[in-house]
Amino acid sequence: MEAFEYARPTSKEEAVKLLAGTWGETEVLAGGTDLLSLMKDYASNPKRLVSLSGIAALKGISSQPDGDLRIGATATLQELIASPIVAKQYPALVEAAHGVRSPQIQSLGTVGGDLLQRPRCWYYRGGHGLLAQHDGKSLVPDGENQYHAILGNSGPAYFVNPSSFAPILIALGAKVRVHGPSGAREVELSKFFRTPSSESEREYDLKPNEILTEILVPAPGGAKMAVYEVREKEALDWPLAAAAVVLNTSGKTVKSARVVMGHVAPIPWPSPEAEAALAGKTISESVADEAGKAAVAKATPLSKNAYKVQLARVATKRAILAAAGGA
Amino acid sequence: MPSCKYDWPAAGQRKHIGKRISRIDGPDKSSGRAKYTYDVNRPGILFAKVVGSPYAHAKVTSIDTSEAEKLPGVKVHIVQGVGTEIHWAGSEILLVAAPAEEVARDAAQRVKIDFEVLPHLVHEEDLSKVGDRGKPTAEQKTGDAAAAFSDPDAVIHEGYYGSAIIAHCCMEPHGQVVEWTPDGNLRAWESTQNVSGMPKEYADALGIPVTNVRVMTPHMGGGFGSKFGADRWGSECAKFSKAVGKPIKMMLERDLELVMAGARPPHYAKVKVAAKKDGTVTAWESDSWSTGGPTGGGIPPLPYALNDIPNVTKRHTAVATNIGPIRAWRAPNHPQAAVLTLCALDDLAAKLNMDPMDFFQKNAGLGGERADMYRQELTKAAELSDWKKLWHPRGTKIAGNVERGLGLSLHTWGGRGHNSRGTVTINPDGSVEVAAGSQDLGTGTRTVIALTAAETLGLEIKDIKVSIGDSALLPSGASGGSTTVGGVSSMTRRGAIDAREQLFAAVAPSLGVPPDQLEAVDGKIQVKGSAAKSVSWKQACAKLGMNSIKAEGKNPGPCELISSGVGGVQVADVSVDIETGLVKINKMVAVQDCGLVLDLKTAESQCYGALIMGISYALHEEKIMDNATGRMLNPNMEFYKLAGIGDIGELVVHMMTGPGYDERGVIGLGEPPVISPGAAISNAVANAIGVRIPTIPITPAKVLAALEKGGVA
Amino acid sequence: MSRKKDKLARPPGRGSVSRRDFLRGAGVAVSGGLIAGETTKARAAAGATTPILGPGKVPITLRINGKPQTLELEPRVTLLDALRNHLDLTGAKNVCDRGTCGACTVILDGDPVYACNVLAIEAQGRNIQTIESLTVGGKLHPVSAAFVEHDAQQCGFCTPGFVMAVKAFLDHHPNPTMESVEKGLGGNLCRCGTYVGIRKAALQAAKSVKGGLHNA
Repeated sequence: MEAFEYARPTSKEEAVKLLAGTWGETEVLAGGTDLLSLMKDYASNPKRLVSLSGIAALKGISSQPDGDLRIGATATLQELIASPIVAKQYPALVEAAHGVRSPQIQSLGTVGGDLLQRPRCWYYRGGHGLLAQHDGKSLVPDGENQYHAILGNSGPAYFVNPSSFAPILIALGAKVRVHGPSGAREVELSKFFRTPSSESEREYDLKPNEILTEILVPAPGGAKMAVYEVREKEALDWPLAAAAVVLNTSGKTVKSARVVMGHVAPIPWPSPEAEAALAGKTISESVADEAGKAAVAKATPLSKNAYKVQLARVATKRAILAAAGGA
Repeated sequence: MPSCKYDWPAAGQRKHIGKRISRIDGPDKSSGRAKYTYDVNRPGILFAKVVGSPYAHAKVTSIDTSEAEKLPGVKVHIVQGVGTEIHWAGSEILLVAAPAEEVARDAAQRVKIDFEVLPHLVHEEDLSKVGDRGKPTAEQKTGDAAAAFSDPDAVIHEGYYGSAIIAHCCMEPHGQVVEWTPDGNLRAWESTQNVSGMPKEYADALGIPVTNVRVMTPHMGGGFGSKFGADRWGSECAKFSKAVGKPIKMMLERDLELVMAGARPPHYAKVKVAAKKDGTVTAWESDSWSTGGPTGGGIPPLPYALNDIPNVTKRHTAVATNIGPIRAWRAPNHPQAAVLTLCALDDLAAKLNMDPMDFFQKNAGLGGERADMYRQELTKAAELSDWKKLWHPRGTKIAGNVERGLGLSLHTWGGRGHNSRGTVTINPDGSVEVAAGSQDLGTGTRTVIALTAAETLGLEIKDIKVSIGDSALLPSGASGGSTTVGGVSSMTRRGAIDAREQLFAAVAPSLGVPPDQLEAVDGKIQVKGSAAKSVSWKQACAKLGMNSIKAEGKNPGPCELISSGVGGVQVADVSVDIETGLVKINKMVAVQDCGLVLDLKTAESQCYGALIMGISYALHEEKIMDNATGRMLNPNMEFYKLAGIGDIGELVVHMMTGPGYDERGVIGLGEPPVISPGAAISNAVANAIGVRIPTIPITPAKVLAALEKGGVA
Repeated sequence: MSRKKDKLARPPGRGSVSRRDFLRGAGVAVSGGLIAGETTKARAAAGATTPILGPGKVPITLRINGKPQTLELEPRVTLLDALRNHLDLTGAKNVCDRGTCGACTVILDGDPVYACNVLAIEAQGRNIQTIESLTVGGKLHPVSAAFVEHDAQQCGFCTPGFVMAVKAFLDHHPNPTMESVEKGLGGNLCRCGTYVGIRKAALQAAKSVKGGLHNA
C-alpha cells in the first residue's frame, strides 16, 4: 500500500471538495473491505483517501414519507440484516446480505461499497489493469477465465460485476443519489453500471469527485422477491452465478417480472427474455426453467466458463421458484 | 508380564495413556498468549520483504535499487544477481529491509529489475504439450501384465485420473527472525518442523560452526511438510542481518507463501486394470506423469496400498516445469497415488457390478501384511457409514436434482518414531521437566511427552513441565513422516523409567525394601501394591538432597516401544446437485489404526483435521497457473479456496485400539488419514452421478462437464 | 531470445517495474517526501476546511481493551499492523492480510471485524477489543476454555481469530444451533482442520456464558 493523505470530512459537500477530478488521484473510503485490499495489491494507488465515516448524513436505513426505503450509502450489511423494515418488506435484500458469509465483512462492509466495489478478476488484482491487457491484448479469452463473464463479454472487459445487492436492487427499481461539485443527482440503478472500454473508465456512472450518498428503493407493493446465489463453498466465497427476481402477481398469475443476474457480465445483467417468459404465466417448475433458459439464451461463454451458463440458468430458475414460493 | 525393562503399561494399568487428554498448550493458544515466530518483536528490528521474479523463467539483466535506498533506513541485499537464470515466478532476486514494515514494502515497490524473458512451462496435465520437458523413466515390470490383460475372461477397465497441484497454505507463513550477538552467534526464531536440524542448515549456508547457531520455535503455525529447511530466504536473511548489524524479521507475505513456499505435486495417469469375473484383481498397467518443478519430481507409489497385484507394468514421465519447487506435502505422493489407484479400482468394481465394499474386502489380501487390518477396518467403516442401507449401484437415479452416493478408499503409512534424545529431570523440590529439541506442529508433541512422563512417574499431567522448540536442547528428529509422537514418547518413556529407577534407589532405604519393590502411583512412591507403605512424591524427591536426577531418554533404545505400518479406511457420503454440479459432504467416516493410542483426544483431532484437509483438496484447492504470464493467479486465500466450517458435514472418527493394536506400540498418525479423502470423495461422486470426474478438485465445472457426457442427468 | 523489458505489472513479491506509470499525471498536490515517515502537520485542501492528515506519521489514539493508547502512525497503517508492530499485541495474527481468513479478528464496538481491513486512524474513538483482554486474572474466558476442552485448535495460529469470532457470534446469538454456528463463523478459516472442535466449543461456550461463567 502506498502512502496517502487522509481526510475525514463531516459533510458530503466537504467530501466532494476533497476529491480530485481525475480517477486514481483520490479514493473514497467507506467500509474498506475492498479498497484496502486493492491498495495492498497496488491495484489502486490513491494519493488521498477521503473517509466517509464522519458523515452522519450518509448513515442509516429508514422509510421515506413517499414510501421509498432510503439506505444510506454507509449503512453496513449488518445494519441491513438487523433492520426490521428491510426484513419485513425486502426479505431478498437480507438474503443478499447473508450471502456475504462473513460477519466480519457484514460489520464493516457498506451497501454503497458493495455497489462500488471493484471486480475480483485475478488478472486485475494481479496487476494487469482493469481490462487485463498485456501487450495490447486481453489475457482473459485465452487464459484462466473460469470465473469471468458469459454475457456482455465481447470485450475489452471480461470481468464480472461482483455486487451482492445490485441485481436485487435493480430488480426492485432502485435509484441511487449521487453528490458532486454541482450538487445532487439521481440515477436509476439499472443505468448506473456500465462496461468500461478503456483503463481510464470505471464500471459505474460516477465522476471521480462524486460520492454515492444513498440508495432509494421503491415500496415493493406486495411484490414477491428472491435472490439465489450458486457458491462453491458455504463459508465466505464469491458466487459463481446469481440471480435476483421480483414478481408482481395477480392471484397466481405473474403480471410483470424483473430478472437480473449477477456475476455473469461486467454489469449486473437484466434479462428481458426471462421477464417475457414469465409475464402472464403461473409459476411452475417448467415455467421457471423456461425463463432460466431464456435468461442465458444469448450467452457466449469463454474457453473455460461454459459451466456458468448452466449455473446462471439454474440460479434464475431457483430465484423465480423461491420468489413465487415466498410470501 | 513385561518382558523388557522399557515397556508400555498394560491395559488396565494406564492412568493417562489412551485417555482423552486436553493438549497442554491449549490455554496458551486459545488465549492468544502463545508466541509464534511471526510474533517475535526485538529491539531495533528491521522488517524485510522479498522481491521476487515476475517471470517464471528469465535471466536477470539489471538491478537498480537506487530509488529504494533513498527511503529512510532502507537496506538492500541481493540474492540472485545479474546473470542469474530464474526458474519460477516469485524466485527471490533480492531482499529489502526497513525499520517500518510499510517502508519495507515501499522499498520493494521501488526496486527496478530487468529480465531477459525465457520460455516457460507451467501446465503439465496435457502431456502432448510439454515438448522436451517430459523425461520418461524406465518401465517397471512385475509378472506379466500383457498376458493377464489378454486373458479372455478378464474384465478390463481403462481410465484417466489425476490430482491438480495444490499448496500447503500454512496459516503462519514461512519465515524467521534472525539476530546476531556481538560475538558472532546467530539466534533465529524460525517457523520450522526441524528445530534440531536447523542450526546445520544455517551453519552450512553461512560458513560458521554449528555451535554458533541457536534456533527457537516456541510455537509454529503449521508446516504439513513444507518447513524442513532454512530455505534460501532464511539463510540470505541471516547474511543480510549480519551485514546491517540489526535483527531482521522476514515472514513471507501470503502471495509468496502460496507461490513458492510449498506445493504438492500434481499426478496424472492413464490406468488399465483387470480382474477375474469374481472380482479378483489380476493386472495393473499405468502411464503416469507429474512435475516436481524444475527437477521433474518423483514417481507415485503405484499401484497404491493394494500393491501386491501380481502383474504390474508401469511407466512414468517426469515433467520439468516453471511452477516452483514442490515440497513434501503431508504423506508425500500418497493422496495422489490413492486417487490414481483407488478410483481406477472403484471403476473396475462398477464394471464388475460389484459393491465396492465387497470388492475391496475380496482384494484386501493384495495389501500384504496390512490385509487383515484392512478387512477389519472395512467392516467397521461399513458399519459406521450405514453402507449396507445407503449404498446403491452406481448412478441409480433418484427423484429431484440431488443425487447421493457413497465411496471408499484405503491407505497405509509407515510412521516409525524418529531418532530423539531428551532429558528427564526430577528436582529435589519435586518438579519434573522433560526437555528435547523437538517441535509441536499442532499435533500434540508437548502433550504426549507430558502424559508419558506423568504416566511413568505416577504424576498428573500438570506436574510435568515440557520444554521443546529450542536447538540448544538435546537433538530430536524433524517432524516428518509421522515420526514425532513415536520418537518423543519412547524417548520420554525410557528416560522417565531410568529417572524413576534413580528415585526409587534414593527412597528405598527409608521404606525398607529394595528399589525394585517400589512403584510410582498417584503422586506417591510406594511398596508395590501397598499404599500404606509410601512416601509422597515431594517427600521422595526431598531425599535427593542437592542432586537433581537427570536421565537421558533416547529413541531408538533398548526394548521395542514403537513400530511401523498403519492402515486406514475411509468412507465418503456425498450429495451432488446435478443442476449446479455442487458437491456437498454429508458425512465422512475415518477408521484408523496407529498402534497404541497415547492421547485419544488429540489422535482423533489428527483424523478430523485430515478429513477436513482432504475435503478441502478434494473439492476446492488448486494453484491456478496462467499460461501467458507463468504466474499463479490465486496467491491469496480468496481464490485459493480452503473449506470452511460449513463445508465439512458430519465427521466420524474411529480409532482401532485394544488387542491386536495396542501391543504394536506407538506409531505415527499425522499423515495417514489425509491420504484417502480425495479417492473416497471422488468414488462417492461417481457413485452418486454414475460418471467419473477424472481429476480432483471436483469443481462444479467438472461435474457439469462430466454430466453432459453421461451419468444420471 | 530478445531482451525484453517487463511490461507486466505487479509480480508476486512486489517487485514492480511499470506500476508507477499508473501514478503519472498527478493532480493532487502532495509533498515530495510522502513516504518519508516523518510526522506531517495537518493542513486543508483548497476550499475545504477538513484537515488533511499525513501521508507522514500523525498522532493516533486507540482505545484498546478499555485503555487509550496514543501512537504516531502513518494513516495507511492498518489496525492489525498497529496492534502487532507498535503495541506488541500479537494475539491477532496476520495470515491473508486481505480480509478473507479471519485470523486477525478483533471486536470493534461489539462487532467482529478483520483488523487487516481497518485503518488504525479509522478505529479512533471506537472500542477495540482484542483477545488479550479475554483472560482475566489468569482465568480463561469460557470461549477459550471450551476451545481447550474440545481441542478446537492444533497449530493454533487461526485460534485467536476464531475465539474472537465465536465470542462476537455468541454475544449476538446467545442460543446458537449447529447450523447457525456454521453460518456465523463463515468468515474464518483453519488449515489444520479444527472445525469439528470449534463447532462443539461454540455450542458449549454458549451454555457456559449463560451459566454465568462470563469473564468480560
